[in-house]
Amino acid sequence: MSDRGHGEGLAKGLAITLKTMVRPARTQQYPDVTPELPPRSRGVIALLEENCTVCMLCARECPDWCIYIESHKEEVVVPGAARPRQRNVLDRFEIDFSLCMYCGICVEVCPFDALYWSPEFEYAEYDIKDLLHDKERLRQWMPTVPPPPAHDRNGEPAKEEAAAARRAASPAARRPVRPARAAGPRETAT
Amino acid sequence: MPPWVELAIRIAGVLAAFLVLPLVVGQTEHKVMAHMQGRLGPMYAGGFHGWAQLLADGVKFLQKEDITPRAADRPVFQLAPVVALVPYLLVMLVIPLGPGDLVAQPLDVGLFFTLAVVGVGVLAVLMAAWASANKYSLLGGLRAAAQLLGYELPFVLAAASVAMAAGTLSLTGIVEAWQPWWLLWQAPAMVVFFVAGLAEIRRPPFDMPVADSELVAGYLTEYTGLRFAFFLLAEYVGIVVISALTTVLFLGGWRGPFADPQLGWLWTLLKVFAVAFVVIWVRVSFPRLREDQLQRLCWLGLVPVALGQLLLTATVKLIVS
Repeated sequence: MSDRGHGEGLAKGLAITLKTMVRPARTQQYPDVTPELPPRSRGVIALLEENCTVCMLCARECPDWCIYIESHKEEVVVPGAARPRQRNVLDRFEIDFSLCMYCGICVEVCPFDALYWSPEFEYAEYDIKDLLHDKERLRQWMPTVPPPPAHDRNGEPAKEEAAAARRAASPAARRPVRPARAAGPRETAT
Repeated sequence: MPPWVELAIRIAGVLAAFLVLPLVVGQTEHKVMAHMQGRLGPMYAGGFHGWAQLLADGVKFLQKEDITPRAADRPVFQLAPVVALVPYLLVMLVIPLGPGDLVAQPLDVGLFFTLAVVGVGVLAVLMAAWASANKYSLLGGLRAAAQLLGYELPFVLAAASVAMAAGTLSLTGIVEAWQPWWLLWQAPAMVVFFVAGLAEIRRPPFDMPVADSELVAGYLTEYTGLRFAFFLLAEYVGIVVISALTTVLFLGGWRGPFADPQLGWLWTLLKVFAVAFVVIWVRVSFPRLREDQLQRLCWLGLVPVALGQLLLTATVKLIVS
């Protein structure tokens, strides 16, 4: 038997349930009310086609292989350049949301900020084929992407911030040492 | 008015209470249990906070198929829900609602009749368990047998204590003889009666015979449709009956701070609902007792306390008189 008083645990249990009963329940009765979602909620992925360079990192890194990408190369003539530049043009960019597991790796890995999370979640379909969102539909999610929330006050600073802070803190210790190299036509004074 | 009309009105009143009060208690349980767990409970059925949820459940059970397992003992299987329900109806006939004549049948041996009839409900559990031809049911039934037989003793002893204090077995007489300082004097008996009563109606934390997560549904496993609904109704009628008995025996029944003759029925109902709230509260807060813990509580906890209370009652009664 416990060396605390008999029934102390029983009384505590009763007290907790009574306290919970007296507080209002925080249930949000969807669909009668729109739910308040926390920041950075993952509902659907939006595509900003202008930023996409078809590097295919998202399709490669997706664990489910649910991103389908097709592209072709175009030549862009730049006046004054030695030869025309080539750029990738997106033909087909589809995300199959019946496979997507909302891990966010594609959004994380995109180097050009072409993919964004949106908190929209009401896109259930009767036909599973309609869960394949094509380029146009992914663009239509863009207006629903919220502005990024403020950084967490207690969070770790970004790598760039940390590096800049380090450099600023010790200017004497890090005298810039340039390696010896042949002077080229573009050497400029710092 | 002719006596048979009066009798019919009284029985109709008890029947109305028998059908309505358990539904109110059931709906209260839905909502109270929900809020104690931080959720809302039924909200849709009937519009306003789901008040019609249990009515909807009743209709749902009515339209289900009536199945009796092939290997089951048919007459016993089909009779068990009735045997579970009728004793509580009979007990409600003798529980007084208010002073004077506000009881269906004032019996001089009301308490004795009540305890005897409540014991018949035990039989229903065993009938259901054995006749179901199902291992889980049988296990549930055998657990129930040990539990219900064991807890009859402190149940009866505690009731006997207050009958001794009042000097009568009539429930009306006990309420009339009650005094507020009895709350202290009979406090151990009240606790023993309440706990034993909970065990008698197989309410959590004494719901080992049903044990939702362990035994499928114990002795209820093979029951569907209206028969299952009768067993569920029996559970809630049991709560009403035990709350009413606790009220009448230990909390002073219709006695209130003022206006007893006019508002006695109101005090009774308020106290019954207060005790029912405690029954629901206990269900939400405590885990289920194992068989050995349950038996230990009964024989090593409640029975000695009840016997001690009997001793105390007898002593004080001799001193006072």
